[in-house]
Amino acid sequence: MNKKMNPSLERLYNGIIKENPTLVLMLGMCPTLAVSTQAFNGIGMGLSTTAVLILSNLVISLLRKVIPDEVRLPAYIVIVASLVTVTELLIQGFLPSVYDALGIYIPLIVVNCIILGRAEAYANKHTPWLSVMDGLGMGLGFTLALTLAGIVRELLGSGTVFGFQVLPESVPPIGIFAQPPGAFLVIAFFVAIMNAIGIKTRQRKLVESDGCDGGCAACQTPCEKKPAKGGENA
Amino acid sequence: MKELILIIIAGALINNVVLNQFLGICSFLGVSRQIKPSLCLGGAVIFVITIASAVANLLYTFLLEPFGLDYMKTIVFILIIAALVQIVEMFLKKTSPTLYKSLGIYLPLITTNCAVLGVALTNVQNGYDFWQSVFAGFGTAVGYTLAIVLLAGIRSRIREEDIPKPFRGAPVVLIAAALMSIAFMGFSGITW
Repeated sequence: MNKKMNPSLERLYNGIIKENPTLVLMLGMCPTLAVSTQAFNGIGMGLSTTAVLILSNLVISLLRKVIPDEVRLPAYIVIVASLVTVTELLIQGFLPSVYDALGIYIPLIVVNCIILGRAEAYANKHTPWLSVMDGLGMGLGFTLALTLAGIVRELLGSGTVFGFQVLPESVPPIGIFAQPPGAFLVIAFFVAIMNAIGIKTRQRKLVESDGCDGGCAACQTPCEKKPAKGGENA
Repeated sequence: MKELILIIIAGALINNVVLNQFLGICSFLGVSRQIKPSLCLGGAVIFVITIASAVANLLYTFLLEPFGLDYMKTIVFILIIAALVQIVEMFLKKTSPTLYKSLGIYLPLITTNCAVLGVALTNVQNGYDFWQSVFAGFGTAVGYTLAIVLLAGIRSRIREEDIPKPFRGAPVVLIAAALMSIAFMGFSGITW
């Protein structure tokens, strides 16, 4: 890690590569798996989440001295739920096609672990500007992972990328990649590639250290030997 | 009656909440290390989702809809779920300390399980009435429990195997989930 890096840029780098929320931290897997059927859906979901993440980080960072510690999680959930509702109404009004494609996964941004995770791990300890940059970096990292997964699944599953025919018609598409199992497979290979080129996932480190799993549950579940990191009980 | 049974089967097998709709993936991957905790979590999820579906349906039909507050449903539902989990926790603590102890941390975690909010929102979307919502919730939760217990069983076998290094940890679990998902796709051929 370059220590001389500008702190805001460092946040961006951290979110997009070093602690990529999906591929390294293994957070927010539900939307990743669900909406990556097409590259365009991936971008739509990623950018919606990024918007909510930036705003929630900003609001929570501004209110970090006001919200009492005991009720912070319910307070965060209400803030995030309000922002998600605003985003949902905006998407419904201005981008009806995206709204139809993403369906129930837009309101489910509320329970996306990335958002509460960043609020708890970063925004409630840092200044508003850095929190916004953190939200931006994490959001872009999430968008990147979603879009990549969407491109791979769309290419293999229907031979198109962003709706354009890429593979010649003579190559039969592998239907399974457009179906639910394809999502698990593609993400599995992404994480394996990340492992192989040496970007250690948090999951791996934990597995090696004390047999605790990654995933959102890792930041919530107390593994036998470790105390829970900020339980999510609201 | 037949319709309600069909809703349960559709929720548990055909539209399996984890393997087909990708809700509750976090705890599905995170807690499925061993069979027993998975069963405990499954029990708690069945309990909470069934009650949450009922309460969410009542609040939606008698409060949100008459007053035109449809857009508030996400906020209201997540608050109901959080409150409900807390109530269930306190209730169990008083009445059945043994069960409370065995569920442990899994109970509060259910608040952030997207399956709970997902079911409440899907019920509204499908326009289910009270009993349909309750049965849909129950069926979905049974499907969740089935999936997580099966995955825990598979993982206890995987642990002994010699897996290529990059695939250790999360990737191999995801591949196991993919194979389970393919198996569950077979149920979608079942029609009445």
